[in-house]
Amino acid sequence: MLIKSPKPSALKENQVTDEGIYQSRRTLLKSLGFIGASGLLAQTSTANAGLFDLFKKNPVKAFTVSPLKYQQAPLEISVTAQILTPEAKVTSHNNFYEFGAQKSQPAQLAQQFKVKPWQLTISGHCNNPLTLDYDDLFSSFELEERIYRLRCVEAWSMVIPWLGFSLTKLLQKAQPNSRAKYVVFETLYDPEQMPGQKNRRLGGGISYPYVEGLRIDEAMNPLTLMSVGLYGKTLPPQNGAPIRLVVPWKYGFKSIKSIVAIKFVEQQPANTWNTLIPNEYGFYANVNPTVDHPRWSQASERRITSGGLLARNRIKTQMFNGYGEEVAELYKGMDLSKYY
Amino acid sequence: MKRSQKTKTLLLKVAIHLAALLPIINLYIDAFADQLGADPVKAVIHYTGIGAFNLLLITLCISPLAKLLKQSFLMNVRRLLGLYAFTYTLLHLINFIAFDLQFDFSLLLSEIIKRPYITIGMLAFVLLILLAITSITKLKRSMGSNWQKLHNFNYFIVFLVAVHFYWSVKSDVSEPLLYFMMSFILLMWRRKKIQRWF
Repeated sequence: MLIKSPKPSALKENQVTDEGIYQSRRTLLKSLGFIGASGLLAQTSTANAGLFDLFKKNPVKAFTVSPLKYQQAPLEISVTAQILTPEAKVTSHNNFYEFGAQKSQPAQLAQQFKVKPWQLTISGHCNNPLTLDYDDLFSSFELEERIYRLRCVEAWSMVIPWLGFSLTKLLQKAQPNSRAKYVVFETLYDPEQMPGQKNRRLGGGISYPYVEGLRIDEAMNPLTLMSVGLYGKTLPPQNGAPIRLVVPWKYGFKSIKSIVAIKFVEQQPANTWNTLIPNEYGFYANVNPTVDHPRWSQASERRITSGGLLARNRIKTQMFNGYGEEVAELYKGMDLSKYY
Repeated sequence: MKRSQKTKTLLLKVAIHLAALLPIINLYIDAFADQLGADPVKAVIHYTGIGAFNLLLITLCISPLAKLLKQSFLMNVRRLLGLYAFTYTLLHLINFIAFDLQFDFSLLLSEIIKRPYITIGMLAFVLLILLAITSITKLKRSMGSNWQKLHNFNYFIVFLVAVHFYWSVKSDVSEPLLYFMMSFILLMWRRKKIQRWF
């Protein structure tokens, strides 16, 4: 008989509920496509409007997402959190500067984004470089659902049901050799489609393409996810369609979106935010309540759930975002205030 | 004051009340109903913050405009605009304490001490309190020429607010820089007055 002993960071499945959303999710899946789109339109946000731009409002035709087939993930990985962040919020509050530096902009400016055809190449120090086409992203590996906490470096967080596969499965297929010490990821560079890459102001002053990196052992950790969907369906573009990384114990900016290239390299790569503001954003970017951002505390965070202004949602931030059991070993002996 | 001047002042004041209050009421209705994007807390903080800055700049436009256009009645709405700038600032701070920090006062204290942009913001707020209190007519009279000296601090406040905005932004500084420029132009208009300080 197989006896599973859940890890401390994992809660029981019945503890992950959002007043009915979770329990009835499977029966709701078919209708969620409509709710997702209309919920998005209903949330035309005045969030970042100043007094000068009260009058520009434009509803957008939503990108089409389609349902995916997937496996329930084993409990000890998947069910690790409390209340799911509503889908409409997950898909309308995004840091994806390629589509505008304001949180509400990607949901508005990314709806025409073309994900077909898509090519993801895996190359560098490996014996079997390969390329995945759009359909391969969904068919090469069995998709599983992983419910992860996402902690943004800006001290807000969400709980998101991702669909995807462990990055390690993909990397192993490419057979990295002994010179592969780090893995570099790159977002699509296409200024015609990504207005933030064309216009420096819209794109938040970042130089593109966006680049991220992981140490090979971090990349090979089973928690590290290549996500192709959320809430049962393919990813909307504002969340990084068609494929993105999810590293749940690191700040959100490590979880690079709309990936076209993965490369095995020998030297630690320069990641975009670290290059831009080195004293504020590091390479490791592990969630760490004891190391503050120079301009704000990282000791606590606000969990984005349903509920308006009065939602009492400030909670303590956990070391490694609560995934220490799985990943603390990777950083044994390292001074995490130096390697932030 | 001429009758027409009085009517103009009254109409302008009504317009200012409406323009300042209606968006705020609308904002909070949406925010409490969770209809203000995914993070209504950040939304109300940013809206009241930038609104306060806008009102502060508009207040600073009044005396140059009154002179340029030879419309002295404009001076009658300056206090009202200043008080709305203060009200927005107060709401900005209340939003931060009540909805963002959720009354974690030890966190508030450490943030004020540790984060320069919050330190500066708080300093600007304290100065604005002084200006708001001394806008009461009786106090104004009893202060004599000291009143003007105190209220010239407004130029310093605008500078603090511009820095506060600049430091609070994550990467793209073009909007704060635009505000810096607008502040600079309005302060240049008073350069003689400001030079006398040094």
